[in-house]
Amino acid sequence: MTASEPYTTPAIALHWLLALAIVGMLALGTWMTSLPLSPLRLKLYNWHKWAGVLVLALSLLRLAWRLAHRPPAAVAMPAWQRRAAAASHAAMYGLFLAVPLAGWAYSSAAGFPVVLFGVWPLPDFVAADRALAEAIRPLHRLLAWTLAALAALHVAAALHHQFVLRDGLLARMWPARRRR
Amino acid sequence: MRRRKLLALALLAAAAPAAAQPAARLLPEGSEIVFTTRQMGVPVEGRFTRFSAEVALDARQPQAGRVVLLVDTASARFGAAELDSEVPQPIWLASAAFPQARFESTAIAAAGGGRFEVAGRLTIKGTTRELRVPVTLADDGAQTVAAGRFTLKRLDFRVGEAEWSDTALLADEVQVRFRLRLDGLPLPP
Repeated sequence: MTASEPYTTPAIALHWLLALAIVGMLALGTWMTSLPLSPLRLKLYNWHKWAGVLVLALSLLRLAWRLAHRPPAAVAMPAWQRRAAAASHAAMYGLFLAVPLAGWAYSSAAGFPVVLFGVWPLPDFVAADRALAEAIRPLHRLLAWTLAALAALHVAAALHHQFVLRDGLLARMWPARRRR
Repeated sequence: MRRRKLLALALLAAAAPAAAQPAARLLPEGSEIVFTTRQMGVPVEGRFTRFSAEVALDARQPQAGRVVLLVDTASARFGAAELDSEVPQPIWLASAAFPQARFESTAIAAAGGGRFEVAGRLTIKGTTRELRVPVTLADDGAQTVAAGRFTLKRLDFRVGEAEWSDTALLADEVQVRFRLRLDGLPLPP
């Protein structure tokens, strides 16, 4: 066991909160787009958008926290793995922002401005344009599934460290182990 | 006898200026009927793409004028194709049974400064309601533009039935704004 310092409490909280949110949003997004027009679908779409705005805000907060707080030193691993981890973390941070932004842009382009909780209208940063909406929709979907694939890889790598290498890497991000 | 004579005179008086009213022609280009619904707080705009109007109006004697506006209920267009095909369904505008919505004026009064108060009957999906619409007439080069806006309550006309009658989901109020470009409706200088 070569466990290093754990992450800070806010970093751990944001990590798990957003992990849950991303899994939930993928499930919700897949479900709602399969439904025919109905009050249920209208509700799910709006909840998805509101949650997406929260994910975007929390991801910005998380990015700011990450930039302001040096993460704990990496456990010993080959250089290519360290580089792969850094690259996938950077890509995921990019997607944390890109996926909700693409969803927001799609909503605006489709002519449905986002109104947070049905009360606060958010600005449209693209104009309502059916052709543009048709172009952005597959982009939002592709970016979301790219994030899902990277997250799956991230989980697989964490499990590999935990159960094969047994190097205590997961403990750095595990809430229960945060006792310092 | 005296009453009947008076009635005949009144009818004559009412009919005479109406006959003299010039008929205007609606030009589809530059005309629009736009409506805004609110879905869970989100304003969603649509427009009707097919409508026609019979306008017989002399702006100097508006009280004798008459306006009839017909809108094809199957011609509503949103930004999303699936909504376009939804609106003609029976729970919404029921276009098969009620292909047209109709507004027919009953009284037009000048309100000064190119503004008019048009009272009339609006019929949507077989239900008729009284409606008052403020309309402005403005010179637009060779034509005249009649513009205005009003709010109607969709549930008055059973638009959005069953589960869609929930106004928390879809607001009862629908804002309508229109701009009708008319040929042959000269404004007084």
